[in-house]
Amino acid sequence: MSREMICINCPMGCRLTVDDADKSNIKVAGNTCPRGVTYAVNEITAPKRMVTGSVKVVGGNIPMVSVKTREAIPKELIFDSLEILKKVTLTAPVHIGDVVVADVCGCGVDFIATKKVDSVSR
Amino acid sequence: MKDVIIIGGGVIGCGIARELARYQANVLLLERGNDVSVGTSKANSGIVHGGYDAKPGTLKAKYNVMGNAMFDELSRELDFPFRRNGSIVLCFDESQIGGLDELLNRGITNGVKGMYIVKGSDEIKKLEPYVSDKAVAALVVPSGGIVSPYEMTVAYAENAAVNGVEFRFLSEVTSVINDGNGFTVTCADGYSERAKVVINAAGVYADVINNMVCGEKLRITARKGDYVLMDKTCGYLADHTMFQLPTKMGKGVLVTPTTHGNILVGPTATDVEDKDDVNTTAAELNDAFAKASLTVPTLARRNIITQFSGLRAHLDGDDFVVGESSVNGFYNVAGIESPGLSCAPAIAVDIAQSVAGKLALKQKLHFESKRKGIPQFSKLSNTEREKLIDQNPLYGKIVCRCEVVTEGEIVDSIRRPVGAKDLDGVKRRTRAGMGRCQAGFCTPRIMEIIARELGCDMADVTKRGGESQVVKGRTK
Amino acid sequence: MIKVNLVIVGGGPAGLAAAKSAYDAGERDILILEREAELGGILNQCIHNGFGLHTFKEELTGPEYAARYVDEVTKRNITYKLNATVIDVSCDKTVTYVSAEDGLVQVQAKAIILSCGCRERPRGAINIAGMRGAGVFSAGTAQKLVNIDGYLPGKEVVILGSGDIGLIMARRMTFEGAHVSAVVELMPYSSGLNRNIVQCLNDFGIPLYFSHTVVDIKGRDRVEGVVIAQVDDKLQPIKETERLIACDTLLLSVGLLPENELAKNAEVQLSPTTGGAVVDENLMTNVDGVFECGNVLHVHDLVDFVSAESENAGKCAVDYINGAAPCRDKTVISCTNGVRYCVPTVLNRDETYAPQSFKMRVANVFKKVELAVFADGVKVFGRKRPVVAPGEMENIMLTAEQMKTLKQAKTVEITLIKGEQQ
Repeated sequence: MSREMICINCPMGCRLTVDDADKSNIKVAGNTCPRGVTYAVNEITAPKRMVTGSVKVVGGNIPMVSVKTREAIPKELIFDSLEILKKVTLTAPVHIGDVVVADVCGCGVDFIATKKVDSVSR
Repeated sequence: MKDVIIIGGGVIGCGIARELARYQANVLLLERGNDVSVGTSKANSGIVHGGYDAKPGTLKAKYNVMGNAMFDELSRELDFPFRRNGSIVLCFDESQIGGLDELLNRGITNGVKGMYIVKGSDEIKKLEPYVSDKAVAALVVPSGGIVSPYEMTVAYAENAAVNGVEFRFLSEVTSVINDGNGFTVTCADGYSERAKVVINAAGVYADVINNMVCGEKLRITARKGDYVLMDKTCGYLADHTMFQLPTKMGKGVLVTPTTHGNILVGPTATDVEDKDDVNTTAAELNDAFAKASLTVPTLARRNIITQFSGLRAHLDGDDFVVGESSVNGFYNVAGIESPGLSCAPAIAVDIAQSVAGKLALKQKLHFESKRKGIPQFSKLSNTEREKLIDQNPLYGKIVCRCEVVTEGEIVDSIRRPVGAKDLDGVKRRTRAGMGRCQAGFCTPRIMEIIARELGCDMADVTKRGGESQVVKGRTK
Repeated sequence: MIKVNLVIVGGGPAGLAAAKSAYDAGERDILILEREAELGGILNQCIHNGFGLHTFKEELTGPEYAARYVDEVTKRNITYKLNATVIDVSCDKTVTYVSAEDGLVQVQAKAIILSCGCRERPRGAINIAGMRGAGVFSAGTAQKLVNIDGYLPGKEVVILGSGDIGLIMARRMTFEGAHVSAVVELMPYSSGLNRNIVQCLNDFGIPLYFSHTVVDIKGRDRVEGVVIAQVDDKLQPIKETERLIACDTLLLSVGLLPENELAKNAEVQLSPTTGGAVVDENLMTNVDGVFECGNVLHVHDLVDFVSAESENAGKCAVDYINGAAPCRDKTVISCTNGVRYCVPTVLNRDETYAPQSFKMRVANVFKKVELAVFADGVKVFGRKRPVVAPGEMENIMLTAEQMKTLKQAKTVEITLIKGEQQ
């Protein structure tokens, strides 16, 4: 079976044509880079997404710090991972790349901070 | 027991409060909204009419001419924006020029000074270069002016408060009971107060208040008018307030500069059932804009920055009802539709004097007649700006970039007597959020400042009190 | 009055990239003026990923992308002022700014780069009738409230406009526990990126209604619902298709407008199509020594392209400061047959021939077209595209040799060759 798909790897948004009649040999056309193939295969077998969000931070120059999953996580874990973020409060200082939540939902991927927060004395 | 309770914090109520504040009296003003100037006074044309329009002998005619003459001094005393830019009434049809003569004669009868008629496109264009070629004659009314109606109301209120008048907000009056020795006024929240005199300045609800007390019933229809506000970049398109001579086709709309340099177009006129119905409709906005294009054909829709609508209190009988009613001590100021804003200063003085006479009030020894407005950073010279920032660094923090409003001004607007408590209150007092981005950038900043100044959480900050919280709580 | 060689107005991605490249071109006397409390501009509130694939060959979030450039600027010790709002730029290159710390300061610059970004088109500008209660936000305002301040603008959300910020906010609001019931788009196509439709709407089953608009807003104090309707081919709402969607929030993502009030003060000529300045290939405006780059010049889809454009502006500003004489002989690039605009807007008829990028947008969705550049009627460059859309900026690169042909030509045209004409 052939289907249309838009690659979300980058803003180019390549229009892929994917033939997944044979799950062990998925054929992808329309991609401009190899990432398109990986995306299409993943999308059919085990879709993944990057998750970005924010968590509270105390003692810093700003009240919220932005975070992301270090890499894409299984799509079905998106909302569970966001639930975890609600319960986290960091204390400044925070550095870009600091692990905010390790091994999110046991998928082996961490939430890391994407913004620096300086500590301020009140 | 108060000497006087004023119901309604519009330009009439606040004007009366200020004029009564000259006397030794306990005065309380009750306002349904979260701020003064939240009804008719916040959404109208902002015109100080010459006085040629009203039928001779009416209260509208009398107070208009009297009120108009008071604006120069009053605006200086209370420091609110007013400009005598002059009005012109445009006639687009040779066969109707007689209509202008009629207005001219009516104006002369009413006591309006300095009016004249110009004929021919060239002459009209000398006054207004961007006016339509189709205008064939115009009545020029040099005494016409423009005013910022909400800033005028706020100025009145601040000055009244400084001189001892008490303000209570979110106080919708649900009953007024006359027991012969005075009145008991009760509000929706259960608050109750007695007074010797009650002044009904409740705008579109003045009939409801009157009918609680008086045998002679009043009926007010809310007449909605939609307006279109244009960017300052097209402010050059009009200097005078331009009316269209009413025809069989209708009353037309005005095109006027505002005191802040925008162009205002409108109003439409639709009677509405709901006295809170300030819904703008696409049809009315299109109608207003199309009619305005007759006056100034180069008005471009892309320069529209916002629309709004306001309600005018239209009384059966067409004229104002002003003064003590048949009930001893109960005063009505009702049906204050156009030219009500122009009449407000005269009505305020009249009512205050009448009440003072009735209660034999003595003049205060120390009445502070002057009020200084919020320093407006955008209007200052660079030297003045430097000085201001030096005195208060908050004036160096620009919050609203479109209108160049500083944190200093916003804080001042909140801390003043009868200060701002919500986004709209800050906006009316400082213009923050009134520019071309319509508060896109400054909303979160202003919320933060309001929360800090009022000691509340940002989630509690409202657009205009009541249930108008801007956000629905914290994310986490 | 203080004197500075290069003043950069705005410390967002454009200003930072311009500063970095100006420094690397040898200029040491640089001042960045930023109105917010930190550098980085709007990137700071764009906490989603998708930035940097071109510039850094990796996928970053907005704050990370900003931090990379902030590091570059601080590493070079380039001077910047925070909480400093520029209130005037004059054509003699005097920049006036105010800040609580410095008061009011006038700076005489040799060159100025305007990199102050864009703003969102508000409700008023698109004439949505209805009530005026709380709960109507531009998408970017909502983004700031959620991502920076940590507040939820609403719980039941309708979004008008399918611009990228609107799409991103549909997902963001969903992530924060709100329910987005619809995204409504006036046009028959989206002005946002396809990937965002997939990962921000489709992933969460949020419907996108093309050729629909919001015709009325209900609710006195707070939004209680919006009426949406389908539009006809003249974009006029069809009465019979009106239906009410209950919601407490309406987000608007209906276009970005370059913010050129300062440019106007400096007598910079603006393009009615982009809303930004008319610039040559050096990003210089009609006012000698005044440059524009980034979203103040024209609205970009990708910050990576903003950075590249701005690095060019930084370098060219230094050339100007070092005495490069502005060329007076210019060719206006004509955009035809569906090409809406092109930046640069004009080409200098001088003898410097360097590889040059041309960024453009088309006026409608076209399938199977060739984007072509003609010099004196002769095709110099052509690129076949299966589909082009207004929401996706086209970026082409011409070689020095091709630029030589263009610069020597009397007419330069950028056009779409459609269908059989190809």
